[in-house]
Amino acid sequence: MPLLEITDLRKAFTAPDGTAHEVVRIPRFEMEARAQVALSGPSGTGKTTFLHLIAGILAPDSGKLVLDGVEMSGLAEPARDRLRATSIGYIFQTFNLLQGFTALENVLLGMSFGPGADRSRAEALLRRVGLGDRLDHFPRQLSTGQQQRIAVARALANRPKLVLADEPTGNLDAANAREALALIRGACAEDGAALLLVSHDPGVLASFDRHASLAEINEASRSPSTVLRSPSA
Amino acid sequence: MTLWLLVRRSLRQHLLSTLVTALAIALAGGLLMSVWAVKRQAHDTFTGQTGGWDAVLGARGSKLQLVLNAVFHLEASPGNVPWADYLDIGSNRAVSLAVPLAVGDNYRGYRLVGTTTNYFTQSEYAPGKKFAVVAGGRCFEDGYREALFGSFAAQRLGLKVGDEFHPYHGLNFDPNAQHQEIYVVVGILEPSNTPADRVVWIPLAGLQNMSGHDPTTAADVSAVLVKLRSPVAGKTLELLYNRQGNRLTFAWPIAEQVAYLFDRFGWFDQVLTLVAWLVALVATGSVLASIYNSMSARRRDLAILRALGARRSTVFGAIVLEAAAIAVLGMAVSYVFYFSVVAVVAAVIRAQTGVVLDPFAWDPVLLWAPAAMVALSAAAGIVPAIKAYGTNVAEGLSPES
Repeated sequence: MPLLEITDLRKAFTAPDGTAHEVVRIPRFEMEARAQVALSGPSGTGKTTFLHLIAGILAPDSGKLVLDGVEMSGLAEPARDRLRATSIGYIFQTFNLLQGFTALENVLLGMSFGPGADRSRAEALLRRVGLGDRLDHFPRQLSTGQQQRIAVARALANRPKLVLADEPTGNLDAANAREALALIRGACAEDGAALLLVSHDPGVLASFDRHASLAEINEASRSPSTVLRSPSA
Repeated sequence: MTLWLLVRRSLRQHLLSTLVTALAIALAGGLLMSVWAVKRQAHDTFTGQTGGWDAVLGARGSKLQLVLNAVFHLEASPGNVPWADYLDIGSNRAVSLAVPLAVGDNYRGYRLVGTTTNYFTQSEYAPGKKFAVVAGGRCFEDGYREALFGSFAAQRLGLKVGDEFHPYHGLNFDPNAQHQEIYVVVGILEPSNTPADRVVWIPLAGLQNMSGHDPTTAADVSAVLVKLRSPVAGKTLELLYNRQGNRLTFAWPIAEQVAYLFDRFGWFDQVLTLVAWLVALVATGSVLASIYNSMSARRRDLAILRALGARRSTVFGAIVLEAAAIAVLGMAVSYVFYFSVVAVVAAVIRAQTGVVLDPFAWDPVLLWAPAAMVALSAAAGIVPAIKAYGTNVAEGLSPES
């Protein structure tokens, strides 16, 4: 059974003028456990929306999304929050670290919404990403690359089944990008987590055995201005 | 632990607004507790301040004025009581002790009260407590121009045993109304924390016969303090003087007259209390405004927390808890304001009446007011918490332009 199974997933947003624009229409998408998949696509092809749907941050309008045997599309928001906290790790392009919290606290907070804060594991994870001597540093006191490492440690903190990475190297220089990518892939492999990474960097995409264009998967991205409903409809 | 960590960090991140808001809570909470405690303690202390006496006999008039004049040494005497009436009540079988008082003079604003020595030797100003004279001094002797100073009056006037002074005519100090007589200080009373501390005590005859006083009333007294053998006797004497007679007034029981005074000014208490509560509401409103105004800056952090798996109820609870935590900080400091305000008020009341309030006395308001302020602040936190509850995660996570 696949780890992630998506069938006829649809999501539309309503513009300020009242028109509904379909952003995601994915007839089928699957990922096996421990798989590492890269998706490419220019801006506006619904990459982030797609990842938010998988993470349960957004609820689909229709379709089926099954993660590790649980049909997320049918869950209420609190249950999706819980599933996200326990089964999904999320690495953002802008890292989205909490600036008022130390590196260790950022990881511990990620844990606290899942199985519970485990200080020794949080410290071990930060040591593993090379920040063992920066546990009490605040994000602003660290370099961009180091902040990305905290984000990686936080994403892996709850032993997720699936790690979602949204342009994780987009804010890094070439050397840091290579290092970060290796770290993310290696850490996921070691922890047995599947990785679904979205990037527009050809170098990053080329390093994956399995990569695809989001345009191929997302039918809505081929006609991103699809209007489902006019204001008067 | 998570909620507490979120709250602590948020308070630190918004340190200035946290401190300012907590200070507003501290001031409002301190004011609320002060008003409440002073009101209650003043009522209890004044109504309990009988000086050990059960009743006051005076000229026909207001019972309250009689009590204020004879027990609290405030107000003017409503008139004179003939000496015969003093002897009459003193010989009544229901009365265990009757002491005459005469007023009408002062020394630099401190009231001179003429009385007999049994005021000090036979009466107790509180159960088991008799007046005592500071070592080196003694009580005045009848027939001599001698004065025994209350502790507060002596301290404020800077007088000591052996000093001499001229009394002044009237209850209010008028430098041009000096009497010719010279009195000598023979003793100073130990503090009793009663209105007696503000009085300059002299022999009854000394005041009655002071130069310039009307010689036709020299044998009269201003009031008679009465100690009853049994409380039941008060009813009989009240009937005798107030219903059957029409010359004199028997103010009994003393506490009831003072309570009546507080009742008459109950509306003022209510206004003060209302103002204190309004200030408290404004302060808790500042908690609302402070957190609400920072919600835009917190939007991203809230979205991140939600993306990490925090439920809406968790971020809601964190905001409410933060509002409550600000109130807890404020109320901790409010005790400093409370003790300061009550200490100042107590000093003023002592200077004006001789009655002493204790700033450190226990009052239930010290417990329920902080609880109420924390609850009010938490309630005020619900408004920004609702905003946090409705945070759009996807929008909040979007890179800010």
